[in-house]
Amino acid sequence: MLDVLMHFCPGCSHGTIHKLIAEVIDEMGMESNAIGITPVGCAVLAYNYIDIDWVQAAHGRACAVATAVKRLNPEKMVFTYQGDGDLAAIGAGETIHAANRGDNIVVIYVNNAVYGMTGGQMAPTTLLGMKTATTPQGRDAKLHGFPFKAGELISQLDGVCYFTRQSVHTPAAVRRAKKALRRAFDNSMEGKGLSFVEFVATCSSGWKLSPVEANRWMDENMMPFYPLSKE
Amino acid sequence: MSAKVNEEMIIAGFGGQGVLSMGKILAYSGMMQGYEVSWMPAYGPEMRGGTANVTVVVSSDPVSSPIVQEFDTAIILNQQSMDKFESMVKPGGALIYDANGITRHPTRADVDIYIIDATAEAASRGLLRMFNMMILGSYLTVRPVVTLENAVRGLSKSLPERLHHTLPDNERALRLGGELIRKVVL
Amino acid sequence: MEQEIKLLKGNEAVAEAAVRCGCDGYFGYPITPQSEILETLMELRPWETTGMVVLQAESEVAAINMIYGGASTGKRVLTSSSSPGISLMGEGLSYMAGAELPCVVVNVSRGGPGLGTIQPGQSDYFLATRAGGHGDFNMIVLAPNSVQEMYDFIFTAFDLAFRYRNPVMILSDGVIGQMMEKVTLSPALPRRTQQEIARDLRSWALTGKPAGERRNIVTSVQLDPHVQEGVNHRLQAKYKAMRENEVRCESFLCEDADYVIVAYGCSARISRKAVELAREAGLRVGLFRPITLFPFPYAELSALNARGFLSVELSAGQMVEDVRLSVGCRARVEHFGRMGGVIHSPNEVFEALTSKFTDK
Repeated sequence: MLDVLMHFCPGCSHGTIHKLIAEVIDEMGMESNAIGITPVGCAVLAYNYIDIDWVQAAHGRACAVATAVKRLNPEKMVFTYQGDGDLAAIGAGETIHAANRGDNIVVIYVNNAVYGMTGGQMAPTTLLGMKTATTPQGRDAKLHGFPFKAGELISQLDGVCYFTRQSVHTPAAVRRAKKALRRAFDNSMEGKGLSFVEFVATCSSGWKLSPVEANRWMDENMMPFYPLSKE
Repeated sequence: MSAKVNEEMIIAGFGGQGVLSMGKILAYSGMMQGYEVSWMPAYGPEMRGGTANVTVVVSSDPVSSPIVQEFDTAIILNQQSMDKFESMVKPGGALIYDANGITRHPTRADVDIYIIDATAEAASRGLLRMFNMMILGSYLTVRPVVTLENAVRGLSKSLPERLHHTLPDNERALRLGGELIRKVVL
Repeated sequence: MEQEIKLLKGNEAVAEAAVRCGCDGYFGYPITPQSEILETLMELRPWETTGMVVLQAESEVAAINMIYGGASTGKRVLTSSSSPGISLMGEGLSYMAGAELPCVVVNVSRGGPGLGTIQPGQSDYFLATRAGGHGDFNMIVLAPNSVQEMYDFIFTAFDLAFRYRNPVMILSDGVIGQMMEKVTLSPALPRRTQQEIARDLRSWALTGKPAGERRNIVTSVQLDPHVQEGVNHRLQAKYKAMRENEVRCESFLCEDADYVIVAYGCSARISRKAVELAREAGLRVGLFRPITLFPFPYAELSALNARGFLSVELSAGQMVEDVRLSVGCRARVEHFGRMGGVIHSPNEVFEALTSKFTDK
């Protein structure tokens, strides 16, 4: 990690997830061998915090970028870091096809059920009834369709070797999440296929809640719909 | 160096008659003889069973345009192509056609018209796969743009090696085509 | 692989050139009339010889973003498509220009708009030279008029792409892509090794952050407008250098010409024959061929003393605007071109020339 001030809002999960990634890369001794791909969205500036080589991808295309980075540099440890708008909406196609090809990359997917950076609009993952800037009356399935379970969808594909859903809202969850990240990065270097690590995350600004309320809201509303993996 | 030549020709017929590969063999043969060549197919859905045609230019000078509208020679292998290309043969040029399936025969008095019953002959001799080589052989008799030897060399260049055992049959078909073609007197 | 002469389609020549120029990766999506590029690469299996990666992407959008990823690690990467697919690549090209990444994109263009026709067209001139994507950026655009140039320009394009760290487009067309001609294949160049890339390109390429050294970030985003303006000034200086140093063109019988046909790609071949027809008819006609469409050879064209200029392109008239910018009011400038996949013949060009300039 670089010793700089983060731009993330108070109560946001990104900072903790960034730190876990940095720790895992460090513990694996892969600082000089890792290449990260940032998305469009709040995590676009992840390269300002984790001290490795980075490339910033067009909105949704991180998995296509990662495919080529890895295939042309098979000795590198390659991962994408994407939000739910980036991965599950505009980038659904690229994500599915990278997963289906079994590219040896790690996809880190941060699902906070909302577009954070653009000001809290509906994401594919927004829960039914949830109010956002573009669903002021709450998400209505007839109008907007259903919340999108990207992880479950991706995990069906033969090229995917590992799917896990984690969170970072308690110390125990943080410890489990770090283990999951380590396993995913190990998979990529062992050539096992694509590892998909989903984080159910908070967006206190997008949800218009305080950090404490956001954690509670996530526990009560997000977790039942996006259940965490056991380990 | 070979003689001065500038032959702009078209081969037109159905997809599956070997139109494009015949053109390719001619282009290869021209190359073997030291000429400049271009091969320009009509591409697209036509390749899948509809009409197919290819324009081949063999020239002692660099080929300016691979697209031409008037041909020194047209090889015509179906009625649609006859309707389209008969009028596009240069005065004094040659039109070679296979009578099979032709309902309206060519009528131009200002071009040399040749006929070959290649489909029927190839079928009766069990040489249907050599049909296009018979046509090419007939063409080279009328328009000796390249030697038969170079045509065979061109063929071996354009055939994948696993098919090289068919070279003798192909060469026979080339010669046979040359024997079967006859001039039409209107 | 020694120097070799082969009869190849323009598209096949691109594939051969890619392998022989030390290209590291090709990523592309099938579309007529250029699918032979991917097909030929798959036949050639370069991953077994040079180690070049070849991958069929799920879309042109994915393909250009794979190119972006590959280029970010300093690799020589190539993609190809035809008009509608190139439209889809526009965002990616803009990102590459913004992030200053080199790549080569081949557009074997067809007639538009929309799905249009798979038959040849030259209606992507504006797209290539003016608006390859959003934002103020330019790409060097090379326009081959033979299968040999399809081959040679892959080498040239990679040199230029890395010299300027910018995408280079080869704007071809269905005629040049589909036709076969004799090609002299140059001896193969080796791919750059990982060590060479790290040594020569570490100032920007992602090769893994060396311990204790600065990390590299490939990005086109600048949240501070003043910083972004600075980046834009630097990019514009680069485009200016391209304009000053990279103009390529060719003329044929222009010295004494009363009338000059200006044409590129397949239209230049067709027009050359039209010039021959005109000369046989006793008319003093020449042909001017821009080889780079960006930068356009304004000065070279403007130096010609003809009375009339006829821009010939398979479009409603796009390059003709650059011809007008070159010639100004000094001489008459006209456009001729068939559209929608119909190809003008040499005779039609000759007739257009005589009919448009008969009152002179």
